[in-house]
Formats: sequence, structure tokens, C-alpha cells
Amino acid sequence: MDVIQWQRQHRDHQASMFREGFLDDQFIQLQKLQDETSPDFVIEVITMFFADSENLINNMKQALEQTPVDFRQVDAHVHQYKGSSASVGAARVKNVCVTFRNFCDAQNLEGCARCLQQLQHEYSLLKSNLQHLFGLQQQIQAAGGSIPTIE
Amino acid sequence: MASSSTWSSSNWVMESGDVPHVLAVDDNLIDRKLVEKLLRNSSCKVTTAENGPRALEFLGLTSGEQNPLNGRSKVNLVITDYCMPGMTGYELLKKIKESSEMKEIPVVIMSSENIPTRINKCMEEGAQMFMLKPLKQSDVKKLTCQLMNRDCEI
Repeated sequence: MDVIQWQRQHRDHQASMFREGFLDDQFIQLQKLQDETSPDFVIEVITMFFADSENLINNMKQALEQTPVDFRQVDAHVHQYKGSSASVGAARVKNVCVTFRNFCDAQNLEGCARCLQQLQHEYSLLKSNLQHLFGLQQQIQAAGGSIPTIE
Repeated sequence: MASSSTWSSSNWVMESGDVPHVLAVDDNLIDRKLVEKLLRNSSCKVTTAENGPRALEFLGLTSGEQNPLNGRSKVNLVITDYCMPGMTGYELLKKIKESSEMKEIPVVIMSSENIPTRINKCMEEGAQMFMLKPLKQSDVKKLTCQLMNRDCEI
């Protein structure tokens, strides 16, 4: 496949991620921060986000398994995750965090458990979508092309 | 940005041409990376701290210690997250404003939550500005322009 086709795939995949609400404008802000002095900025930040996600989701899971559940502790982790996801433009993840925090406030264990499942699901979808996007990016760069960005 | 105070009264406004040294405080690793990049893109030298106590240490305000270096000449601006475990950004702001050596340094508070009582509380305690996260490059450029007393075109 030639560079033009990889670029088209990249553009289409990114557009669909926006359309389906996986990403929002903040992701574009991240791309704008990438420059010659930090050419891998987006991948670096997203890699940090993946590690952060796995860590926080695990913390939430453990906190929800305690007896009794300390909802403030759960909320603290969700609050962190809400912040990280907002900062990288992970819109769907962030939205689940908002709902999750409401269930924490209400001390609703069932609601929290459902949200945790949703978070795991959304994170997993986001991760595979982003990995696909970065894979295309690498193909383009290996072929000597440049990455199309959404304006 | 939600609120700001005038800069003209601040004797921390710098000479044009100097590189501002900003201390950025945030417990979130990703946010630290982002704010650092935003500030570097605005030609600032950046030091990051992951919590209030570390920030105070860097500023030479740790209680009981005489700071041999003049902390005032090191840092031109502190930008801190509001919500941090242990010492909040508000508490950090208070400690800075209560110190004799550092009380003139402009402190900007960042938060992901737009809560008027929170904003007012910070402004009353002497915060220079309150900014909503996630920060935009245009916000940071404007902030550093004002710090360096330049004419800013955004």
C-alpha cells in the first residue's frame, strides 16, 4: 500500500474516532503541542495515559472489593481518572467517570460496579482504536510520509 | 480563564527578554507533562513538582530552614493544580502568600472544576489568576506574555 492510502486510512480512522465520541478537541490540542523538539509527544502522553488507566482501574477494582467499601477512596481514583482522560481528550472514558463519581457520592455500590465495567470496556476500545491509529502513523512515517491532522 | 488580578501592581513583572522560570505543581503525571510542554512552548524554563511540600521545598519555604539561595531570584511564577492530596493548591497558595520572601510571587490556580466559591476563595487569598483545565496553548501564551509585560497578540 502506498503512502496516500495509509494517510487516507489514518485520516478516516481518526475522523471516525471523533465521530463516535472516543476523542474530543483536547486530542487535537495534544497534536498541536507536538513539534520538532518533541516529535513523539502524542504517543508519549498516550502511553502514559495507558499506564495510568490500568493503574487507576485496578485501584478502583480493589477499593470496590473492600468490606465495607470506602466510597471516598473509590471517588479519589475516579477523580484522578476523570482528570487524565479529560487531559488527553478521551471523551467517552471521561463521561463514564462523571457518572461513576455520582454513584460514589450516592454510595451506590451496584452503580459503581456497573461503571467500573463500563470503564474497563471503554478503555479497552479506546486503547485498541488508538493503537490502530498509531500503527497507521508508523506505516506512514516509515514510508516517508507525514501525518495528516484534523484542523 | 475565569478570573485574574491586574499585573501592573506586581513587582514580579519581568524585564522583556528574560526567560521566565515557572514552577508547575500537579499530582497528575500526565497534567505535569502537558503543562510543562505548554510552558516550554511559551519560552519558559519549567520546574515541576508533584505536590505542595516539594514545591515549598523548591521555593526555599520549608519551615525551619534558612534558604541560602535567594528563592526570589529563582522562580517568576507558580502555577498549581487545586485538587491535590495532602496539601491542596489553595493551601500552597496560602503558605506562599504568608511568607515574607515569596508573597509577591504570582500564583496561578488550575482546576478541572468551575466552582465559583472555589475561584473566589483563591482570588481572595491573592491568586493571580484561576484557569480551567485542560489548559489551552492560547491561555498559557497570554499568561506568560502578561508575566513578561509584553504586548500580546493571541
